[in-house]
Amino acid sequence: MIEHEVIIVGGGLAGLRAAVGLCEKYDVGLISKVYPLRSHSVAAQGGINASLGNHPEGRDDSWEKHMFDTVKGSDYLADQHAVEIMCKDAPRAIYELEHWGCPFSRFPDGSIAQRPFGGAGFPRTCYSADLTGHVLLHTLFERAISKRLKVYPEWYVFALVSDGITCHGVIAFDLLTGEIVPCAAKAVLFATGGYGRVYYYSTNALINTGSGIGIAYRAGVPLKDMEFVQFHPTGLVGTNILMTEACRGEGGYLINRLGERFMEKYAPIAMELAPRDIVSRSIQTEIEEGRGFDHPHGKYVLLDLRHLGEKKIMERLPGIRSICLDFLGIDPVYEPIPVMPCQHYSMGGIDTNEKCETALRNFFAAGECACVSVHGANRLGGNSLLETVVFGKIASESISEYLCGNEVKPDRGLLLEEKKRLEKKIERLMNGEGEKASKIQVELSKTMSEYVGIFRTEEQLKFALTKIMELKERYKNVKVSSRRRAFNYELTGALELEFMLDVAHTIALGAYLRKESRGAHFRRDWEKRDDKNWLKHTVFKFNEDGEPEVSYKDVIITRFEPVERVY
Amino acid sequence: MRGENVYRFKIFRYDPSERESGPYFQTYDVRVEPGLTVLMVLLRIRDEIDGTLAFRSSCRSAVCGSCAMVINGKIDLACRTQVSKFDEKTIILEPLPNLDIIKDLVVDMTPFWRMYERVKPYLIRKTPSPQKELPQSEEERKRIDQFVNCILCASCYSACPVVARDPEYLGPHAFAKLERFISDSRDERPLSDLLEFDNPHGLWGCDTVLKCIEACPKNVRPTDSIVNLRKRLIKLRLFGKDRK
Ligand SMILES: Cc1cc2nc3c(=O)[nH]c(=O)nc-3n(C[C@H](O)[C@H](O)[C@H](O)COP(=O)(O)OP(=O)(O)OC[C@H]3O[C@@H](n4cnc5c(N)ncnc54)[C@H](O)[C@@H]3O)c2cc1C
Ligand code: SF4
Ligand code: FES
Repeated sequence: MIEHEVIIVGGGLAGLRAAVGLCEKYDVGLISKVYPLRSHSVAAQGGINASLGNHPEGRDDSWEKHMFDTVKGSDYLADQHAVEIMCKDAPRAIYELEHWGCPFSRFPDGSIAQRPFGGAGFPRTCYSADLTGHVLLHTLFERAISKRLKVYPEWYVFALVSDGITCHGVIAFDLLTGEIVPCAAKAVLFATGGYGRVYYYSTNALINTGSGIGIAYRAGVPLKDMEFVQFHPTGLVGTNILMTEACRGEGGYLINRLGERFMEKYAPIAMELAPRDIVSRSIQTEIEEGRGFDHPHGKYVLLDLRHLGEKKIMERLPGIRSICLDFLGIDPVYEPIPVMPCQHYSMGGIDTNEKCETALRNFFAAGECACVSVHGANRLGGNSLLETVVFGKIASESISEYLCGNEVKPDRGLLLEEKKRLEKKIERLMNGEGEKASKIQVELSKTMSEYVGIFRTEEQLKFALTKIMELKERYKNVKVSSRRRAFNYELTGALELEFMLDVAHTIALGAYLRKESRGAHFRRDWEKRDDKNWLKHTVFKFNEDGEPEVSYKDVIITRFEPVERVY
Repeated sequence: MRGENVYRFKIFRYDPSERESGPYFQTYDVRVEPGLTVLMVLLRIRDEIDGTLAFRSSCRSAVCGSCAMVINGKIDLACRTQVSKFDEKTIILEPLPNLDIIKDLVVDMTPFWRMYERVKPYLIRKTPSPQKELPQSEEERKRIDQFVNCILCASCYSACPVVARDPEYLGPHAFAKLERFISDSRDERPLSDLLEFDNPHGLWGCDTVLKCIEACPKNVRPTDSIVNLRKRLIKLRLFGKDRK
């Protein structure tokens, strides 16, 4: 058994930011299933939003305008008091990162460079070429090293231990030794990232299974707004590696098979820089109406950067160029890039308030695994990196406040009991013959991409739900062929699959129930937004039979009354 | 199964709990369609053929630094290596050299991280920070560019002949990181910090045979950093100036 005052699960931006805020004052242990620098945050490309007003065309920018863009982008589902907190704090958060060494790109006057991004009225996205996530994650990790944070890398968390009112810690699996280790804590923070791999076509890292969301859900913590899944318009055909929105921010075009810049039909003013949900639907429509290209790994349209010229591409989008060269053998300086919409971001997640608190007393969540909600029905590009650092810090403050005001004693007995349960489960998985988890995962993710995708109908969603139930049934017969526990990725994969099935279930169910179209959730049979009936958050709770119990919760509106969204 | 697009993968296998059997190569035949990377093949083998195979991966897009290994004799990231780029139909995969093997293609990175931490890999400031950003010119930002790009994948460390003969040698990645901070216009560490590395396990260990540059998948040139740092050290000795 290990014991810390605070246990943080997740070594991405949100987890590290929280750790940096806590580890001088408290005894903190950070658990991550990969070495922190391998977290998915490292892959973020385009940038992070803050109304610094550094751009010559952005001098009049303000946090209020940032807030308005975010609320409008969210299709009015975001909780406005939380958006306000985030947008107000954004400049401070950027300066803090800069002071800690983050190597942002610069304008000629020496200030942090900013670029235009989709859905934003001003160029307010700070960046470092197209490697923004890389520089941010390295900076926070460096900061954590300077503070001697205790890290448990390559430890998988598989259970959150709770007595229904407070949480007592987590159960982890040490990949190196194959041991199951109970971890006692007075407060636990999940910063476990998104669930991209529940989808077959996804821009996310292979490790983004969403298990953290599933673990919290199984421990009785409600999830929120799971039906809102962001599809990024431009994933590379084949590998689905992201071609950042900055490609369009820097002036790239989207072109169909007829050579048309088709966005003029769908968003005549914003064009390629309309918000992601709109651009993704436009591409999908072009493809469905026969104006896309064919490829064995899916149909696509073209992202054309050639007119930007070699210099700009090399300077602002060097990572994009090397991805194209390495993975497709094409050079965007001379050839357009084949792209298709792919799952990209999890708007929904663990239901938290603006202080990162959940329904479980000393259990907190921040970053992509959480739903505050600041993104509502559709996240704007550059806002989720911002969310991780702003709410990572807020989580550290809330935890600190909690620990000051409460005497907590983790219940070791409870942890040991839970460990026993997991031991049994692993034994069962490793004994006898059965189905491979990977096979079920492929079927699950294909079902999600095909039937719970950009466009949805009642029939499709019903089909998806039936299929998920079938897969859940089959999961009971999953076996792991590899018998040694240490470095057994087949075993960790099988354990994570259970949570993926739950996560998928809530996504499909939320989508099935929501009879309107809002942001990223688009119902062909209910094409209009319906504020009268559906201006509300969906909440999912794991009930006694292991099924999701759905309820609804009001959206908090403070400054901007919902109006129709036009770009 | 041998045919047009079938490749033979010979993969290094080792499980320390089965010490008697020792390391060996296991052969898998896999059908490869165009565009398939070595990492995708490994995933397919683990998912469909042999669940016991261990290797690391995360981003699958050459940015997280998880998947460096030896591919047909050359160190590279498995995720950015296209299978079809090889003329021969046999592909041999081995774990990174210079690090202990934990299982199959997974190596123990502890010494690599230990050396990284020794250079104080973080911005050090003495003067209080302003309310806004610390100004930095485009020129100054460019100076650190190649070193900022390092993803800490350990390719250079594994390719380094000095690390091979001297496990106490700091390693190319650590110097690249140190240079990234020392040459950052905002960093205020005293140059005398360098004295810690004024020895054969440090800056004078490097043979400048450029193996690290050859191995780096991100076009970082660790040797450049070593040369720069040596110059700074000499200046410090000659002029005794503790300023950058
Ligand atoms: C390709 C791509 C590009 C993007 N670009 C941008 C951009 O330009 N701007 C922007 O604002 N946003 C961008 N995003 C979104 C943004 O990167 C993410 O939302 C954000 O980085 C998430 O950070 P996080 O800290 O919440 O989670 P992550 O960085 O995903 O970290 C999750 C951590 O949790 C750990 N973990 C998870 N489950 C477990 C478990 N069960 N046990 C132990 N550890 C666990 C992992 O090891 C990892 O350390 C992009 C996303 C993608 C996919
Ligand atoms: S310098 Fe290059 S090879 Fe060495 S760790 Fe960094 S990215 Fe890898
Ligand atoms: S999987 Fe991230 S670098 Fe290869």
